[in-house]
Order: sequence, then structure tokens, then C-alpha cells
Amino acid sequence: MIDSVCSLCVSSLVISVEGLPRPTIIIPEQHILIEGDDEDNPYVAKVIRLFGDESGEQMKAVVQWFVRVSEVPLSKLKLLGREPHPQEIFHYQGRICDDEVNVESILRPVQVKHLDSATPFPNSDDKDTMYVKLSWDSKAFRVVDSALVESACEPASPSSQLPHAVSGVETESLHSATKLSASKCLSTKRRNLATRTPGVCKKLELHSKWEDVVSQLLDKELDSKVMLAHRLSSSPPQPHPVTHRLTPINKAHRSPVTQGTIRLKPSTIALNRLPPSKMNRPLLSARENSTRSVLTLTSFKTLVAVYTIHLTKAQSHPTCPHNFAVCLIRNLLDNQQDLNSDGEDEDEFVPSQKELNGCSEEDEDDGEEEAGLDSEEEILVKKGRGTTAVFRTPRSKQKTHSLTRTPRKNPNKKIMPGTPRTPHQATPSIPCRSLPTRQPANILEEARARLHVSSVPESLPCREQEFQDIYSFVESKIIDGTGGCMYISGVPGTGKTATVHEVMRCLQHAADVDEIPTFHFIEINGMKMTDPHQAYVQILQNLTGQKATPDHAAALLDKRFNNPAPRKQTTVLLVDELDLLWTRKQNVMYNLFDWPTQRHARLVVLTIANTMDLPERIMINRVASRLGLTRMSFQPYSFKQLQQIIMSRLNKVKAFEEDALQLVSRKVAALSGDARRCLDICRRATEICEHSTTNPSATGLVGMSHVMEALNEMFSSAYITAIKCASMQEQLFLRAVIAEFRRLGLEEATFQQVFVQHQALCRLEGLQPISVSEGLAVCQRLGACRLLLLEPSRLGVLQRVRLNVSQDDVLYALKAD
Amino acid sequence: MSKRKVKDVHRPIGECITQVQQILRERFCHQQLPDRPEGLEAQYKHLLELLRRSAIQGESNSVLIVGPRGAGKTMLLQCVLRDLLQEKEAQKNLLQVHLNGLLQTDDRIALKEITRQLNLENVVGDKVFGSFAENLAFLLEALKKGDRSSSRPVLFVLDEFDLFAHHKNQTLLYNLFDVSQSAQTPVAVVGVTCRLDVLELLEKRVKSRFSHRQIHLLSSFGFSEYLQTVRTQLSLPDDFTDRGFAQDWNSSIQTLCEDKSVEEALQRHFNSSKDFRSLHMLLMLCLSRVSVSKPSIKPADLLDASRLCLCDAKANMLHGLSILELCLIIAMKHLNDVYEGEPFNLQMVHNEFKKFLQRKSNSMYNFEQPVVMKAFEHLQQLELIRPVDGSSAKTQREFQLMRLMLDHSQIMEALQKYPQCPTDVKQWAMSAFG
Repeated sequence: MIDSVCSLCVSSLVISVEGLPRPTIIIPEQHILIEGDDEDNPYVAKVIRLFGDESGEQMKAVVQWFVRVSEVPLSKLKLLGREPHPQEIFHYQGRICDDEVNVESILRPVQVKHLDSATPFPNSDDKDTMYVKLSWDSKAFRVVDSALVESACEPASPSSQLPHAVSGVETESLHSATKLSASKCLSTKRRNLATRTPGVCKKLELHSKWEDVVSQLLDKELDSKVMLAHRLSSSPPQPHPVTHRLTPINKAHRSPVTQGTIRLKPSTIALNRLPPSKMNRPLLSARENSTRSVLTLTSFKTLVAVYTIHLTKAQSHPTCPHNFAVCLIRNLLDNQQDLNSDGEDEDEFVPSQKELNGCSEEDEDDGEEEAGLDSEEEILVKKGRGTTAVFRTPRSKQKTHSLTRTPRKNPNKKIMPGTPRTPHQATPSIPCRSLPTRQPANILEEARARLHVSSVPESLPCREQEFQDIYSFVESKIIDGTGGCMYISGVPGTGKTATVHEVMRCLQHAADVDEIPTFHFIEINGMKMTDPHQAYVQILQNLTGQKATPDHAAALLDKRFNNPAPRKQTTVLLVDELDLLWTRKQNVMYNLFDWPTQRHARLVVLTIANTMDLPERIMINRVASRLGLTRMSFQPYSFKQLQQIIMSRLNKVKAFEEDALQLVSRKVAALSGDARRCLDICRRATEICEHSTTNPSATGLVGMSHVMEALNEMFSSAYITAIKCASMQEQLFLRAVIAEFRRLGLEEATFQQVFVQHQALCRLEGLQPISVSEGLAVCQRLGACRLLLLEPSRLGVLQRVRLNVSQDDVLYALKAD
Repeated sequence: MSKRKVKDVHRPIGECITQVQQILRERFCHQQLPDRPEGLEAQYKHLLELLRRSAIQGESNSVLIVGPRGAGKTMLLQCVLRDLLQEKEAQKNLLQVHLNGLLQTDDRIALKEITRQLNLENVVGDKVFGSFAENLAFLLEALKKGDRSSSRPVLFVLDEFDLFAHHKNQTLLYNLFDVSQSAQTPVAVVGVTCRLDVLELLEKRVKSRFSHRQIHLLSSFGFSEYLQTVRTQLSLPDDFTDRGFAQDWNSSIQTLCEDKSVEEALQRHFNSSKDFRSLHMLLMLCLSRVSVSKPSIKPADLLDASRLCLCDAKANMLHGLSILELCLIIAMKHLNDVYEGEPFNLQMVHNEFKKFLQRKSNSMYNFEQPVVMKAFEHLQQLELIRPVDGSSAKTQREFQLMRLMLDHSQIMEALQKYPQCPTDVKQWAMSAFG
């Protein structure tokens, strides 16, 4: 997609867009569309700077983001107070946003127009024009300064760029104010470096002489241009005289190789257009005013400042003044080299570079508006320039052509960009009750309501350490903007999910009061999906509201987490019941643990499962390795903790005797340490207590006897009672089974064998022997209760019989009879 | 007034009989609910309280009703629901979903059924439910949106609960129990099962979410209660139109139950099983013998019905066999005795049969091999014999190994009753060795 890659700092970049005839040139200050999650609504941004990364292989762009209507949360959209225009975008000033993008993700340029907040939106069908009225900082809408937005259409550049050039170093550009603190650090570093360069000092000294410089420049301007044209495009003949049409020639100059020369032409434009009266205006007023002409002036001033530097350098250079322009070029090329080597002067050059691009883009826009003839000229000119720096294929030219001339391929889809992405989200609900719930009437009912597992307690006692660990883990990841995995294990009912939820509640609160950056919390549960791959679908739906098939969702998520994407918040993903996400290839787990390791993912994954050794047991090495060693295990509650949990839940509602509570907690702690079990037993005990007292008004405390009864109900096995309650023949059959087992010395016998014993026992007991059918029926009934384990009944008399209870239990139950 | 009443009372006997048949059949076949579940008062109270709290206070609960087949689990639940819905507060609030493990054999079907019974399908208009995953997400979303105080409580009745535990991952159970343990739409999950070990079927995280309430229906009633039940089941209600007939009928039932032979027969039934369904079957057979000419149940009727209920199915089947087939069965029995239950094939059986013909038979003649083969195949069709597992169909039919599916006692019993059985065949059957 990218045809031209330059040195570290790049002034422009050529991309070819599919379906368009010509390549498109992306230059700083231009508005672009950037590939995002939603294919119909790509992200909008303004290029601030283009550069190559350390290795020089990856082209990146620093951008200022704009938010589409659909990207603003629906709840916040109300703050707008009016219907948003479908083509409306907002200047983004939120805190968390990654303003570096890979140039591969740039789709194409787009036109953005600033409108005053009072002016109505124009009735335009042009899908490629966006309108900006307000800015959005993720909390409120504000009126945005037009200078921040527009640059491409106006000959001026953002006024914010001005201080860079004039006073050089003191003020920080506005756009960088919206960046992350990391980028802030970077810019301050750059500033410090800039102060040390001698060029800046000189520039400041010479500042007052700017009028002279301008006049000098005007003199030299023509010469330099001719020379440049000669130098750059010697082979293809220039179709138009240089002086006749300024625009195309300027374009011809715009090549990365000759950065220095290009800096000349904005000044020419500016000066040409400036009425003489305005040229004499003081600089201060120019800075304050925001009209078009003054902007021109300010930008001009910026340029002049830059020129002054070079001028000083040129003066110090021992060449004659006639060759000034050439020297200037050489000088600037040297500068460029310097920049490549240490990047110190980068800050100085950026504004002028923008100046240049802003102007050339204007040319392009002009060309677009004029259509037809002009564009052909453009192509010709570009061809000429293409030999110098840009490699382009004719095919890609075709594409670019259609970009500027034809409407979008699928305009239908764009008809209502303002509507939510998933309009068909009719979530059903259980109908509301017609009669209100009855409130708890007495102290036992109150206690019962509080003891229900579902009631959310005020605090989570006994898990302070775990809470702290998880909290600090997630908090640090959110603050650092990094990712990570954590594995939490513990038997059911030890508060794993509850603790994580509590952590998230606290972090959300912290984010609300701006202590930490905002983040996105997503929860999925392995048990609440039908297939491990549904995890992708659910994550995607929670993140963006999109619906997709598992494969598509996986691809989208992969793109989202692997690419440096815009406006990225940290995502905290809770994966409950992790073991259910196991697949044979383990690709779901692999992806879940691989994403956090990506540089741009900003994903924190908290996983919960029951077994401590799950990573070692079921995960293949590459998955387990990515999960890492951040593990935490929730121990079963001890009886003291269980007691504390009940006490804290009851919260001074006096419903239990102290001993009764202790009995419950000791019993549960000895068996499983499951807090749910503990609460359920207590709840049952309150019921028993309520029913045992005849007088409902005088409900006493839940005592030992009630708790004992509840414990018996829940923990005792029903087998013995079932045997005791079985019919005579069933009991006899069980005895026959044991007798046959003893005879065979095995724990298994066929029905036929047992039946012989059964007949004998019947005679012994003085009962009429039963028929085979009847015997089979008896056997089946015992099998249905699972007192016996049977083979399928179609085997008839040949089916094998086993006992599901111990022989001792059977004998005990029968003896007690 | 009274005159007219007296006049009304005397209905033609045919009409009365029809009415008796109708009332009693409804009792035996349509599972008509009794006014109070007898012998299950404690369980009834427990369940009623639980469901009432769910319906009125919006408390989520889960409970299992466990008991052997025919112990009255469903009856108990139906009684509780009937009485609960008489309360206006509960009736207006409670939504019910009834599922059966035998019908909803996997979670996908169960989810569709839940959606249908909750009338949620109309929420999405004409949109047909797509995938299983969508359906689950849809339902969970629906349940999640509710809360304790504002949503109508939903009662989930899972009949044959143990079968739901065999669904993949126990997704449905996990989610139902999870909802019941979290602050979502109030639900009451009632599982009905006959398996005592049902909790062992649940996965540990599903088990942890279940409240561990179990209502066991293991009543240890004795024979006198059983007899009492028979009497009440057969008695006519007081509001029967023909009072005189009702009195006559009830007194006849009284005498029937006091009859010694009837008591013995009932005792036998009681010993065999305490299941009320089998009792209903017995009484139904008696009832069907009541006619205009015989307007009451006689002890003989009940004894006949009892015999019919207790008779051996396989032995009855033997009565319909031909002599040749019977001889083959006897030959198999001898083979079983000689080889101690090892499987046999047609050739062995035929040889055994030929030995009998040579040595003892006066009345029987040898049959052609194909005829014997046909008889053998018929026995296989009747499932009196079955091929040994794993013996492939490749082997020739004569040599395919078979096992006899009959007990010796069944063969002997059938021989006793077989019409015009040749004595030499009988003797052959009773002799120790072929």
C-alpha cells in the first residue's frame, strides 16, 4: 500500500487506495480516514507528523483524532442537546489515546470542514466531507477553535503551531497537550534540545528584521524556483510555463528530497495573496486574530522565522548572495542530514513543513473542486515529480482518480452513519410484577434475606489480601497502559468472582473520580457460552457492540489488539470458568493470553478456574507460558472466616445464637469451606426455627437444634432411609444381591443368579415366590433409585447387577428394621 | 323440595354405573390430585413455603424433590402449585416453566422451550432464533435484566432432573442455579428426580451453586395405610348424585377390602411395591369389570386382576409357541444346564433335539433343517434368545452363538400350562440331563 518511504522525518506519503485510479498523497495537516473496527465508519484523524520508526521499516503517523457520532457513548450523546448530524465529527481531546498509527491503517484522505456552532449543517450528500463543530473530551462537548480543525482548505496552518517558530521553545503545541504524558515527556525533551541549538538563538536575534528578509526573499523567489524546476525535473518537459500557474509548480517542488526548497513556496503564496496593508500589521494582533488572512499572515511569519535561521546560516556560508537559493537548498539539505542523525532540529522544522503541506493540499483541493482539466495537469506534474522520489504504478493512479471523483462504492451503507451500530438489539426482559414484593416482616425473614447468596454485602471480609493483590495488579496495568494475565484458582464458593467484581467496582470508582485512567471492564464466563469460540463473539460484542461469527470476531479482535489503534483504553477482561474454554488446539486460550503481550493491546486478562494446576494440567506449553506466573489461589474459608462472613452479612441483625453459628461454620469448614453452603445452611436453619415455633410473633433465636436439623437435612445421605422405606420384595432383593455376592466372591452378579437367591429367601420368609417379570420390575425400581447399578434392561435376566451402596449400609438399614 | 331431591336420587342403574366409571377412571388414569397429599404433610409445607417466598418476596431458591417412582413427587408439586396459585398475590406474579428431561434432551431444545414458555419469542418479533449461542445469550440477558423487587419470579420445574445433568457441560443447570444465587430475576428451580445420587451427578461448580435443599419422599407407611388408600380410592364421594347407590357402592367396597383373599392379594402387591401407579393399574382392571349386570366389585374380580398384573410376561409368551419351538427351548435349557450358561448355536440345539428324538420320543418326528432354522429365527424375533454381543453377522446363521433369555422356572411354568403338551416332551423337560 505504501509506495514511498523516506527518511526519519517524512513530509509526505503516497498511498494507493483500492478502487481508486490514482495514488493519494498523505501529508501532515491533512485529514485522513483510518481503518478501525467498523468498516463502514473508519476513524477520522488529522495527520500531525509522519515519521519512520527506529528501524526505519515501519512508517508511522502522529495524528489528532476526531470522534464520530457513533463513537460517542449513547448516554453521553445526550449532552449534545440536539440531534447529531450523520457527518458530524468531534475534535477529540480525551485523555487516553494512542496518537501513533501505522500508516498501513490509513485508508484515504477525507475533507473536514469546521462550522461555527451556530451555523446549520449544509445539506450535502458528499459522504467524504465531515463537519466539526465541537470537541469532545470523553466527558463534555466544547466549542472547538476552527484553527484546530481546518488546515487543508485554508492557506493557513493551525495557529497553535506559531509559537514553535517564533518564540521557538517556550510554548507547547496545543495538539501535544492532548497526548499522553509519555509524549509530553518526549516533547519537553525535544524542547530542551532545541534551546541548545545555536540556530534558535540566531533566529531570535534576527527576528525583528523580518521585513527585510521578506523583501529579499521576494527577489530571490523566482530564481530559486526556476532553478529548482530545472534541477528536479530535467527529463520530462514542463507542460506549462513556470510563472503562469503557480500551483502545479509548487506541487512539482513538493518532494521529500528537496525539503528546503519547498519551504520557499508557502511564503510565495502567502505573499502573493496578502494585501500590502496587512503585511504591516503587528505580529501580536496576528496571533490573536483568527481570520483567514491573519492566519495567513501568522503562518507567513512562521515561515519567515524559519527563513531567518537559514538566512543566518547562509550569511555565514562563504558563497555569494546570488546563489543564495542554491546555498539555502544545500544548507537545508545539510540540516536535513543533521536531523536524520540526531533529530535535534526536528521541532523547528515541523511547523514549516506543515506549512508546506497545508498549502500543497490546498492546491489539491482546488484541483478537486475545479475538476477535469486541472487534474490532468496535476497528473502530468506528478509524473514529473514521480521520477525523483515517488514510485507509482499507473494502476494506482486510476484508483486515486476515482477516489476524488466518484462517490463511495457503497453509499447505501453510509446513509445513516449516525445510527447506533447495532440497532437491532432488542433485549427481552422478564415482565414486571404486578404486585410489589413483600418486605421481610420479622427478624428471621430479614436475616434470611441478608443471608441469601445473591445479596451483595457491604464489604467482602476475609479476602483483604487477595483483594489488595488483584487491585494493585490491575491498577498498575491500567496506569502503565500495559497488559498482563493473572490466574486465580480456588474451589467453588471461595469468593473468587466476588472479589474480582469488588476490585472492579473500586477501580471503576477510582476512574470516575479521575484517579486512574478510564478502562473498559468485560466479563465472560465459560459456562455461559455454548462453545469456546463464542468467547470471541462475546468479547467483541462487549467491546464494540458488533455481532459477528466466531471466526470473524476472532479476526477483528486480533486486529484490534495487535495493531496500534486509536483511542485505546485499557480493557480488563475477566474470564470465569477458564477450563471450559479448552479446545483441542487451545487457540481460544492462546489468543486470550497472547493479546495482553502485544504492545498495543492494553489488555489485562484475569482468569478464574477451580483447580490450581490447570495451566500445567491442560495447557500446552506455549499457552501456559503466555499465561505467565502471576497466580493466586483462594484457600477454602476457615471456620473463623466463615463465621465472620455470616456475621458481616447479618450486620447486627440478631437472629442466631453464637454457638449455632460456630457449629455451622465449623461443620462447613471441615467439609468444603464453601461460603455458599454455609449461607444456605443458615438460611434453612432460620426456616426450621420459624416453623418450629408455634407462635409466629414470638420468634426466638436460631439455636443449636435448628442448625443441627438443617445440617442433617443437607449432609445426610438418603440411601439408608430409602432402603428402610423400600417395599418388602425390594429389601429381599437387596439381601439376595448380597447373598449372591458373598457366594460368588465378586461384587457383580447377573439378575438370573440373584433371582435364584431371591426365590430361596422368599421361601425362607414364608412369602409366595414372585415371577421373573415381577422380580425384574423390583430390580428396575431399585436401579432407578440408584441403590443398584444395572445394565440396560433389554438384556432381561442376563443383565448384571451391582450395589451402589456399601454392603454394610444395606445390612445396617435392613437390620434396624 | 325434598320430594324432588328424593326423586332425583333414584337414577337408572346404567347412568349410575357410567358415572362411577367416570369418577374412578379420572382418579386412576388422569392423576387427579387429592385434596391433601397424604403422608407428605411436612414436605408439602416445606415446598409450599419455599415457593410462596419466591412468588411473593422474590427470593430465589432451588430445591430437589427426590423419591422413588410412583411415590407422589409430581403429585406433591402439583398440589403445592394448585394451592399456591389460589393466593392472588402469587397467581399474578408467578411465571412457570415446565421442562422434562425426557422431552428436552439437550440444552438447545430446553432453551427454546423456556423462551417459548416465557413468551419471550414475541419480543424479537418475527426474528427466528438463530444459533444456540444466540439463544443462550438472549435468555441470560433477559434473566439478568430483572431484579428481585421488580421482575416477576419464574418457577422452573425440571422433571427427570437427572437427565439434565447429562447435558453437555451442564450449561443449563449452571446458569439456572447461577441466576438463583445472584441478584437477577428471582427464580425458583424445582428439580424432580427419582435418583438418590443426583447430587453426585452435578459438577462441583454447579453443585456449589445449588442450595442443597432436598425434599425426600420416602414415606414408610405400612399395609394398613395401603389398605386404607385402596378403600378411599375406590369409594364414591359424598356428593354423588344418587346417594343410595353411593352408599351401596361404598359398603360393597368396605366388604371387599375386608375379604381375606382380597387382603392377601393386596398384601402381595404391597410387598412387591409401594408404588401407587401399580395400584391404580390393578384397581383399573377391577373397575373395567363393573357393568350394569354386575354393579359392584367382587373379590373374584380383584383376584383376577391381581393375577393378570403379577403373571409372567415371558412365560405367557411361551404358551403361543409351536411344539417344535418349545422343544428347541427345552433343548436350550438342557444345553444351559450342561455347559453352565455358555452360549450355544443352532447346530448344537438341533443336535440336542435329535438326541431326544432318537432316544425318547414317541410322538415327535424329525424336522428338516430349514424348518428348524425358521423356528429358531422366530424365537430370536420374540427375543426369547439373543445373539451374544460381539458375535459378528459374518458367521453363518447356524453357528451364531446365542443365549437363552429365559429362566428355568419360566420354562417349567409354561410347560405346566401348555395346552396338550405331549407327555414325552414334558418328561424330557423335567429330566435332569437331556
